[in-house]
Amino acid sequence: MTDKPKVAFYWCASCGGCEESVVDLAEAILEVVQLVDIVFWPVAIDTKKADVERMADGSIAVSLINGAVRTSEQEEMAQLLRRKSQLVVAYGSCAQMGGIPALANQYSRERILRTVYEEVPTVDNPNKVRPQPDYVDDAQICVHLPEFRQRVRSLDQVVDVDYTLPGCPPTPKLLAEALHAILDGNLPPKGTVLAPDTALCDACPRKDSKPEDVGYTEFKRPHWTILDPEKCFLAQGVVCMGPATRSGCDAQCIRGNMPCTGCFGPTSRVHDQGAKIVSSICSSIAAEDSDGIESTLSGIPDPVGTFYRYGLSKCLLRGRVDAVDAARSSQEGTR
Amino acid sequence: MSDREFEPRIVAFFCSWCTYTAADLAGVSRMKYASNIRIIRLMCSGRVDPQFIMDAFARGADGVLIGGCHPGDCHYISGNYKCLRRFHLLKRMLSDLGIEENRLRLEWISAAEGDKVKRVVNEMVQQVRALGPLDLPGRFGEWDKEVRELDARIQQEHDAGPCEAHAVKESQA
Repeated sequence: MTDKPKVAFYWCASCGGCEESVVDLAEAILEVVQLVDIVFWPVAIDTKKADVERMADGSIAVSLINGAVRTSEQEEMAQLLRRKSQLVVAYGSCAQMGGIPALANQYSRERILRTVYEEVPTVDNPNKVRPQPDYVDDAQICVHLPEFRQRVRSLDQVVDVDYTLPGCPPTPKLLAEALHAILDGNLPPKGTVLAPDTALCDACPRKDSKPEDVGYTEFKRPHWTILDPEKCFLAQGVVCMGPATRSGCDAQCIRGNMPCTGCFGPTSRVHDQGAKIVSSICSSIAAEDSDGIESTLSGIPDPVGTFYRYGLSKCLLRGRVDAVDAARSSQEGTR
Repeated sequence: MSDREFEPRIVAFFCSWCTYTAADLAGVSRMKYASNIRIIRLMCSGRVDPQFIMDAFARGADGVLIGGCHPGDCHYISGNYKCLRRFHLLKRMLSDLGIEENRLRLEWISAAEGDKVKRVVNEMVQQVRALGPLDLPGRFGEWDKEVRELDARIQQEHDAGPCEAHAVKESQA
């Protein structure tokens, strides 16, 4: 083995896009592998959990963990990598704030399992069999399956996280910058999100077309309307998360003529991205009476899904507060 | 908390110019109203960031009351309209997040309406008492039990060392 710093990648509840973004380093990945040893990366190299268990505590320089945490296995892997690593980086929106998987926090675990194992039209499961966390087969061998948790969690709700790389997925540029900062020991204070701490509007190519007071009279959904490729989306009456979202993405969606959906999360001064965009958008509605306001707001049919698309785990309420299986005993029953 | 008599905790954000002054008037006039509210004075109802409201719930408030100047009376011209618009969207969002409608209330109360402070507070306390405790800190703790249990098991296995880890796992199963 060499003395190069060791790096691990892991995925929890994720789509694979974050892994893809590492590969998107393209030629630069050759430079990275010159500088570091990748010791664990289930999607790309053949290493097992036992290999990590054998490593000395703190022997990995940095673990980049993507995906939300939904199962007990993901928790265990996060704990294991935490123990073996000097630095843990929450990589991507899901690890940072729950991401798309965290939208499931609007429903109880029981409702999700019932839908998936009993109610989906393509499911044929007359005995209503559900996965069993502990199963003893005919040969008396006990098989353990990870437990499906009550809630979808962000990585920092499960283990101590040193840094966060935001984005769905993070851009290769941010990843390269972060890796260089780590290798050079040139790191900001613990807890920092490794992206600029300004709102996306600040870096938006359409910034100049944003009026002082938009004066919304209606909200249009992007697929209902032909979008002007030059003009601020908010000025077009389309919800854009730019005012409540951190920059650093190079405004890729905006350049593709789609409004921001908020994947970089809030800036450091905002505690709740959804609440902040509610504040921002509502201040600029033209109507001053309840009926007019309601009629304008009817263009936003799903505020939770729109404003917390990537961040329901980190919403101050952490999801729908009554959507949890009633009691411990009923959970046992669903196993 | 015992079921004996649930006393709701209500956080009230009152605008300095109207509703806070009205609450002052109610006090000076020796009106009695339920002592369940904790008033936070802000310069304007337009300063009530939706984050404040969600944070209040997340930290254990059973209800949140906002008091501002009547439409047209805002000291800063339009702050109360901003508040009203945010209230409409936030109310819908909170209902989608499982917070009952009666836990959040907005009232316009002028500096002269000390009696309205009394009526609104008493009504709201009664409604929230009927809903029962929201107790989000308690719920969050309950949700995270599963995480703490695994933490404890992993710690136990780690302390036991590699040879005995398997035995610990088996005895837990």
